[in-house]
Amino acid sequence: MRCQFADTLKGHNADYIEAHFEESQSTHIIYRSGRLEEVNRAGTTGGNIRALVRGGWGFVSFSHLDKLQEKVALAVDEARLAGREEFELPAVEPVVDTVTQFHPHPSVNSGQALNPLPSRERRNSASVSLAIKKELLDEYNDIMLSTGKIQSSRIDYHDTRRKVIFANSEGSYIEQSKPDLTLRLTAIAKEGKEVQQAGLSLGSKGDFSVIEGLHDQVREITRRAAALLSAPHVKGGEYTVILDPILAGVFAHEAFGHLSESDFVYQNKQLHNIMALGRRFGGKHLNIVDDATIPDLRGSYKYDDEGMPASKTYLIQEGILVGRLHSRETAAKMGERPTGNARAINYLFPPIVRMANTFIEPGSVSFEEMLSEIKEGIYVKDWYGGTTSLEMFTFSAAEAYMIRNGKLAELLRPVVLSGNVFVTLGNIDAIGDDLKLNQGGGCGKAGQSPLPVSNGSPHIRICRCVVGGR
Amino acid sequence: MEHLWEILRSAQKVAEQAEVFWISSGETPVHFEANKLKQVQTKENTSVALRIFKEGKVGFSAASGPHPSLSLEGEGRNEVETLLDMAVETSQFGNPANFTLPSLKGYPEVSVFDPKVGKITVEEMIEYGNQLIAKVREYAPDVLCDVEVTKGISSVHIINSQGGEASYAKSFFGLVLEGVLIQDTDMLFVGDSESLCCLPDKIEVMADRVIRQLELAKGKATVSTKPLPVIFTPRGVASTFLTPIALAFNGKTVLEGASPLKDKLGEQVFDSKLSLWDDATLAYRVESSPCDDEGMPSQRTPLIEGGVVSNFLYDLQTAARAGTRSTGNCRRVGSGSPKPATSSLVIDEGGISFEAMVEDMREGLVVEQLMGAEQGNLLGGDFGGNVLLGYKVENGKIVGRVKDTMISGNIYQVLARPLGIGNEARWVDGILRTPVLYCPCLSVAAK
Repeated sequence: MRCQFADTLKGHNADYIEAHFEESQSTHIIYRSGRLEEVNRAGTTGGNIRALVRGGWGFVSFSHLDKLQEKVALAVDEARLAGREEFELPAVEPVVDTVTQFHPHPSVNSGQALNPLPSRERRNSASVSLAIKKELLDEYNDIMLSTGKIQSSRIDYHDTRRKVIFANSEGSYIEQSKPDLTLRLTAIAKEGKEVQQAGLSLGSKGDFSVIEGLHDQVREITRRAAALLSAPHVKGGEYTVILDPILAGVFAHEAFGHLSESDFVYQNKQLHNIMALGRRFGGKHLNIVDDATIPDLRGSYKYDDEGMPASKTYLIQEGILVGRLHSRETAAKMGERPTGNARAINYLFPPIVRMANTFIEPGSVSFEEMLSEIKEGIYVKDWYGGTTSLEMFTFSAAEAYMIRNGKLAELLRPVVLSGNVFVTLGNIDAIGDDLKLNQGGGCGKAGQSPLPVSNGSPHIRICRCVVGGR
Repeated sequence: MEHLWEILRSAQKVAEQAEVFWISSGETPVHFEANKLKQVQTKENTSVALRIFKEGKVGFSAASGPHPSLSLEGEGRNEVETLLDMAVETSQFGNPANFTLPSLKGYPEVSVFDPKVGKITVEEMIEYGNQLIAKVREYAPDVLCDVEVTKGISSVHIINSQGGEASYAKSFFGLVLEGVLIQDTDMLFVGDSESLCCLPDKIEVMADRVIRQLELAKGKATVSTKPLPVIFTPRGVASTFLTPIALAFNGKTVLEGASPLKDKLGEQVFDSKLSLWDDATLAYRVESSPCDDEGMPSQRTPLIEGGVVSNFLYDLQTAARAGTRSTGNCRRVGSGSPKPATSSLVIDEGGISFEAMVEDMREGLVVEQLMGAEQGNLLGGDFGGNVLLGYKVENGKIVGRVKDTMISGNIYQVLARPLGIGNEARWVDGILRTPVLYCPCLSVAAK
């Protein structure tokens, strides 16, 4: 197969050509209204060709793998139409490799060991039968429905086996296996007109064992959904807030991570000025990292979708902007080192600059200390989602408590937090010692969603944060 | 199409009923980044989905791309066999097959194909993009524009064991214009988009709307945390209300008991001036087609009539479970499984002009774009988010743009109170036609 692809990419009048071929098999199991709603299986094959001519890109995606020469020629023609400037990708050493199971190379400067998963026996989701998957989900569903006030439940289970082949005109040829698994459980409580929900999101690189044995956590979300029915709304305004590791991870990803994606910056002089390396964004205690090399995280990989090796990149070190995430093109145009962050959700899309595993490194403040110093504030946990306009971010906490006189007080309805990234990073006044990584959820950008990523943080405290409310 | 009949025939050998859904699409997006042409793409995709009723249960499988050629599965089964194997496996756990697939062969005409779309050249599309960017930059030279111009054609073919057969072709033309203006760390985002099944009459309208946004956002204004009247522009309506409304009227959410509207058919839930339709029959709208994705004829369904909840949206399976009839709202995302979903949503016009609404305000907000409104408790009807683009009104005049401002509320409270409804509706993103809406009192939080 390698020779066939190599021949296809030869002899075209382009500065650079790459090809992706992909095959995947996926299983979806969906529960709605407290009952099994759908069990689907799907298979996909497809591929794409991307060509670069004078700085312009052509991209052709297809589900029929025949007539490859014509497809390459079309991509080159399109690139020529778009090409307007003198630009060449700095050449890189070709890589030939096959990655069947993910074994990352040790990362440089990896600091403290970061192993988020307790040791347990891995179970490849592909070798677990549909009947066993369903049996486990039935158990969780029964727990949710056996609790009073829980009127309904939702479960979304998805696993994919994916094999991706990358080849380029520089001679690289990489085969990678990219399994993924996600589970979202939602308990829906209802009383009169009130509907409230609480959920749990998990994921793995195809390891089924991470979703086993969740029975206690499922009981906990059902209790919370029921409790939310009688919880009060927060009064809108500015508060000191403590974010739990899950929500702080979403904050690191949404509020700062996206700004570090160089495709937003490289053609935008003003934004480049704002994101000048060396600029101070936060206190000395603030370190934010993106690292695709940590074993077994959903955002991890050995090579990105341009065939570049994955890396660990400090975005903020001791409060100062020190790095950003790159594709080969953005790195070349900004004169910086490529970081291997070009990723595509599947063969229908070209790779773009994406995060992998993004987190705030732990500090030294305990949660109790953080709490004890707040007269009136809000403790926000877990997430529904988050989004950013680069400057402004907004994310929503699924669980929130008032803090009064240094102690956790009443449960609140879910709250939405919002703010200006540049101001808010500087307003982080305490960073906890309890880093946790969250494997649920996914990231969306430019129509490519959900991309497997993970994010995390210790508890963090932010002063003067705007909270929406009644 | 012989291939589809082969799949259907082999499925009929093991199943009581069977249906094959085939979609093939080709699209050509042209991308501009930071005012410059960046990328031209061609995307071809074909997928087929099989639904079977076996031993009284529904099984489903799908495949995109013709042959598993990279040997992931590699058990020597051909494509038809693999598809059928997967459908049979899933049918063990499937829903009760308590409905009959339609035996229809003919459908009323709905215009969704314009041959001119296929004929437009990439060079002409590039020219569209250049024109839009030039017009916006003539007004504001520092704006960085991203533009996407897309043309596409898709073909759908549905056949089933009950003799039903549907097929149609749809063309698609889309324009997205987004601009950002940055001063220090202050970022102003403006934008507009359009999508149709035919070529638009005038593309400059989009640039004009974006220029209008830039004009209104010139001044800076602040609000304090308190309840205020808020006007939602059509884009503001889409970004704030569309998702919770679509969810509440989805027959599946209703059947689950998760929709707050589930017991409210025939009841006055919203302001009596509010009327909302779901319509898959409008000519040249991207959500229109002669039939839905399981071959039921498209229709126009009232959802809210004078504030009264009048219908929910169903596909065949959800309707059968709910003891009602399909509204022709079965949709599939690519080769995904059939589900009820909205077509075009249309909110009827009222009698008040936007200008009169603004003049009516002593202090208030105009919301053009809300960010993150879809994160809250959507099932409960909550919305809340950051005003990404919005203006402050003082003494009947728009005085400038607001920042660091959040609004929040609940659609079952906000849309139940007396509303002001604009006298001029327009399409947003090609899927919602709405006038401006004036909410007399909404919670606003600001820095």
